[in-house]
Amino acid sequence: MTPLLATLYQILQMLLVLALAPLLTGWVRLVKARLVGRRGPSVLQPYRDLLRLLRKEVVLARNASWLFRAVPYMMFTAIWLAAGLVPVFTTQLALAPTADLIALIALLGSARFFLALAGMDTGTSFGGIGSSREMMIAALAEPAMLMIVFSVAILVRSTSLAEIADFMMSGAVGLRISLALALIALVMVAIAENARIPIDNPATHLELTMVHEAMVLEYSGRHLALVEAASMLKMLLYMALIACVFAPWGMATAGSGVAAALGGVVVFVAKLAVGGTLLALFETSIAKMRVFRVGEFLGGALLLSLLGAIFLYVSRGV
Amino acid sequence: MSDLGYDAAHMLGAVVLLMSFALLYQRRLFSLLNVFTLQALALTATAAWQAYSHGEPHLYITALLTLVLKAILIPVALHRIIVKMKIHRTIEPALGIGLTMVAGVSLVTLSILLVLPVTADATALTRENLALSLSVVLLGLLMMISRRNAVSQVVGFMSIENGLILAAVGAAGMPLVVEMSVAFSVMVAFIIFGIFLFHIRERFDTLDMQKIESFRGESD
Amino acid sequence: MGLVVSAIAFLFAVAVVGAAAKRLPQAPTVVYGGTAAACALIALWAALRLAGGGADADLVLPVGLPWIQAHLRADALSAVFLIVVNLGGITASLFGWGYERAHHESHGASQDGPVLPLYPLFLAGMNMVLIAADAFTFLLSWEFMSLASWLLVLSTHRDPETPKAAHLYLLMASFGTACLLLAFGVLATAHGDYSFAAIRAHAPAAGAAALVVALILLGAGSKAGLVPLHVWLPLAHPAAPSHVSALMSGVMTKVAVYAMIRVLFDLLGEPEWWWGGVTMGFGALTAVMGVLYALMQDDVKRLLAYSTVENIGAIVIALGLALVFKAAHTPVIAALALAAALLHVVNHSLFKSLLFFAAGAMLTATGSRDLNRLGGLIHRMPTTAVLALIGAAAISALPPLNGFVGEWLLFQAILNAPALSEWSLKIEIAVVGAALALATALAGACFVRLYGIAFLGRPRSRAAAEAVEVGRAMRLGMAVPAVLCVVLGVLPTPLIRLFEPALRLLVEAGPFDGRAYQPWFWLAPTSAIGNSYNGLIMLVVIALLSVVLVLGIHRKASDRVRWSIPWGCGFDGPDPAAVTQYTASSFGQPIRRAFGSTVFRARDHVDMPAPGDTRPARLSVTWTDPAWVVVVEPLARAVGWLAEKANRLQFLTIRRYLTLIFLALVVLLVMVAVTQR
Repeated sequence: MTPLLATLYQILQMLLVLALAPLLTGWVRLVKARLVGRRGPSVLQPYRDLLRLLRKEVVLARNASWLFRAVPYMMFTAIWLAAGLVPVFTTQLALAPTADLIALIALLGSARFFLALAGMDTGTSFGGIGSSREMMIAALAEPAMLMIVFSVAILVRSTSLAEIADFMMSGAVGLRISLALALIALVMVAIAENARIPIDNPATHLELTMVHEAMVLEYSGRHLALVEAASMLKMLLYMALIACVFAPWGMATAGSGVAAALGGVVVFVAKLAVGGTLLALFETSIAKMRVFRVGEFLGGALLLSLLGAIFLYVSRGV
Repeated sequence: MSDLGYDAAHMLGAVVLLMSFALLYQRRLFSLLNVFTLQALALTATAAWQAYSHGEPHLYITALLTLVLKAILIPVALHRIIVKMKIHRTIEPALGIGLTMVAGVSLVTLSILLVLPVTADATALTRENLALSLSVVLLGLLMMISRRNAVSQVVGFMSIENGLILAAVGAAGMPLVVEMSVAFSVMVAFIIFGIFLFHIRERFDTLDMQKIESFRGESD
Repeated sequence: MGLVVSAIAFLFAVAVVGAAAKRLPQAPTVVYGGTAAACALIALWAALRLAGGGADADLVLPVGLPWIQAHLRADALSAVFLIVVNLGGITASLFGWGYERAHHESHGASQDGPVLPLYPLFLAGMNMVLIAADAFTFLLSWEFMSLASWLLVLSTHRDPETPKAAHLYLLMASFGTACLLLAFGVLATAHGDYSFAAIRAHAPAAGAAALVVALILLGAGSKAGLVPLHVWLPLAHPAAPSHVSALMSGVMTKVAVYAMIRVLFDLLGEPEWWWGGVTMGFGALTAVMGVLYALMQDDVKRLLAYSTVENIGAIVIALGLALVFKAAHTPVIAALALAAALLHVVNHSLFKSLLFFAAGAMLTATGSRDLNRLGGLIHRMPTTAVLALIGAAAISALPPLNGFVGEWLLFQAILNAPALSEWSLKIEIAVVGAALALATALAGACFVRLYGIAFLGRPRSRAAAEAVEVGRAMRLGMAVPAVLCVVLGVLPTPLIRLFEPALRLLVEAGPFDGRAYQPWFWLAPTSAIGNSYNGLIMLVVIALLSVVLVLGIHRKASDRVRWSIPWGCGFDGPDPAAVTQYTASSFGQPIRRAFGSTVFRARDHVDMPAPGDTRPARLSVTWTDPAWVVVVEPLARAVGWLAEKANRLQFLTIRRYLTLIFLALVVLLVMVAVTQR
């Protein structure tokens, strides 16, 4: 694998995630609409929404500081980079040795840190509601994420996502309690982090229940477009992460040619379609929970992931 | 045993344990019963899988018993009791859900620490099965002491018994008699609990243990 | 070595000038300038020693009791901590000088109390602890450092709380010194020689070593702020002037960490497996509790002091891991954990100084350190706001800043748990890892709250609305640590390489041993399982992507901007949103509800007026400090309680009986688990 090809793959990946993220959101919305008996908008609607937002003027609160205007760019960059680090169609990415799974979690953490600050910048109560709840969710979701990494990394003996994917594809792992617990915990975290039902409702603007939407309520125009696009990217990232760790099959590996990489792209799109359908099914079959049960939900995720790490030592090997 | 056989047994045992945690997490009686049913189904599957992979047909009987008793009869009966007696359908935890879960994870850790050194020379499956079933038993006990409602205490008791069956299923060569007697004792216990519940209900008009306790006649 | 001693002597001389501050108008300049110069000299010397391989430098001074001379020695470990202490000293002097001048201008008088003479003495004391090479000199310096800082706490005593804080500090400091005294006593019993060289040569028996470990954790732990011995720290540290708070929190706690490392890794010889386990457990408790406390605070400086407790917890976790791996004879992993500890020592001294300076700047500009009286400072104090943002991001372990590198190394060490043979340790490490991750995530929430309330939003008081940016010296004092935070985050490897002699001294290995050569801008320790981290490339890629993004957006998007008044929830008035914006307490509410209700028994009381009543609703929060409840109060009540409980045992409810039986069962199982080994 030449460094040149790895760099090309990396650039392709950055563009691919960017192009597919709104499609995934559109797909989830469409499936959800069909499941509840509506026709639903076209899958391309999110692209149109983003373009429309880009063309609109920005309305800023009078006392918004430079931070408020800079944060959409900062968080989008952080999430974009993070999404570029998850192998989706090939494990041969140029940036793979730069940042591992821990750095990826920390990158997502920075995006959230700055967005929560932006929520507080205008000094309205909605921003405060959103930021404080988001940080509470993060305070439990992030450690759960790290414990999931702990289980997986000890099994694979690496925190590098590329190596994890390679190892999982080799089939040397088999079914394991730790991995099953880690998968459940990861799905729970992913639901919470992406503000999906039952934690948060991405379609609501009811002040008592919203978390993420409250935090970004003051954004408009191109800033809102960036924030929305970043949320879409984040959903794609989590699906790609679950696919990369627990179902990496179909990805191109070291030594396989360009054709395999292109095949990987097709498989990845198929994985996203399946993941989106499952998410839509799950969301239509469950009710949103009260904000203060979120702590229990994510505490459960944290404890499950911890249990997974503990069970590592009971199983054979390790 | 093949890798697949091992892995599948291992996963099914984990599902039983996971359901024990789910029991601790529930706040509504009906969902509690649903989770209990799921646990019984997982246990059935474990027993059946062991019967298949070890070639021990008597374990099929265990599976059948579990299925009929635990997954069908008892949940249905409890469901009817709840409806008939108009029991309040939320569970009041005596200990917060979060704390209960933390205690649960600590108990699982304890049972792992306990089992690992004892069974150092046993096969991985036995080791894991013992750790899992001891955890399920302890979690059932935890459920009994951390929930106020009498119905959830009954469910806690039943899940303790699930843990025992899990152990019996895992230890290959356990004679059928043991399982029969365990199943039978559960039936007896269930009947006793059922009668108990009706009587409590008739006399005190409530199933909240805290209120019942104040009727003991001792000044509190 | 002579150079270091002369520099310390110079600090004493500077203190004499400071004592004459009333008559010398130039005294502040002389004191802060002289201190900075002396610190720079020592730091440079230490850095050069380390770069040259960290050979030991010895000196025996013919002072002290007649039959004991003062042994001084600067080995690689001392050199590392000399750099940390004196780097903190330089920036604190710079900031202190500006602080003093700002104070002078606004109050017309010189700084109240004897800060000037005490300040160099405090730094001299810390330096002396680091180069002491016998128990006698060590304890004397330790006590000198404690007393100097105690006097500094008392020096600005306008707050009625201060004497109480100082009193508690004195009590805890005496307790700590007593423990250290006993520890050294036990160490030297066998042969009666109190020099470190002699102690090192005669390793104590197992029982004595266990006692020493316990005493060190109590003695040095009380100074570092290990929970539950931390009760004094959040009261005492904020009471001093801000640059002294920065030194106490950012640097003095590190001297306590030095004492732990010196005894546990150096003097006690080969460790046993459980030492690290106990140390780690305390560290995990400290990390989680520290940050939970911090989340409950409304006082900026007290919040920072509690956050120090949290960071000390993380450092102690790393020390525990290093001990565990050293005992398991996996020196390369031990070196990785110890490198994480030392790196975090440096990092924390940097960003904690920076944040305390920022708190000092806020205090100078607004006269308040109550979060609920700040707000909107980003408009009034733009430079301070940017620098404080770097500090807040660094302490929240965000890449590509330095806090993240320390955390990354620590997690890599944690992921090596399977190399151990003790089951209980493996599982403990998993739990400790979860606790550390929880503490880090909560720290993020804590600093979003601090920064969001103090710098963002709208002013919550007239003083905050009229704040003016602080002077150039203070800004420079903040800029130096801020720049170092970024540099160390991007290029941590040269610093770890610099510390390698100290690691070799303590665990006889370096973190990069046996790995193929890596360029200096990669961080790829040998036992970091499978991967590497590169902050530099990350920063470059982030910059590149940002440029692409900004250019792309601005080509496509409209750049019209309209300024408007945000929705104020129906409130009327000139600035409607200001009335309804979130306060520090309301921001903390979700986390308080998720954690505080269990740990602190925190309760929110809402005083809601009846419909039609125009009086505002009030929210008040009550909580109890478990450490007070655990450490201070219970001893007195223990006996009576026991007697009463024994009496009541026969009147329990059914569920309680079940609980008791269950607990007895669990205890028995624990005993079985323990005795099996």
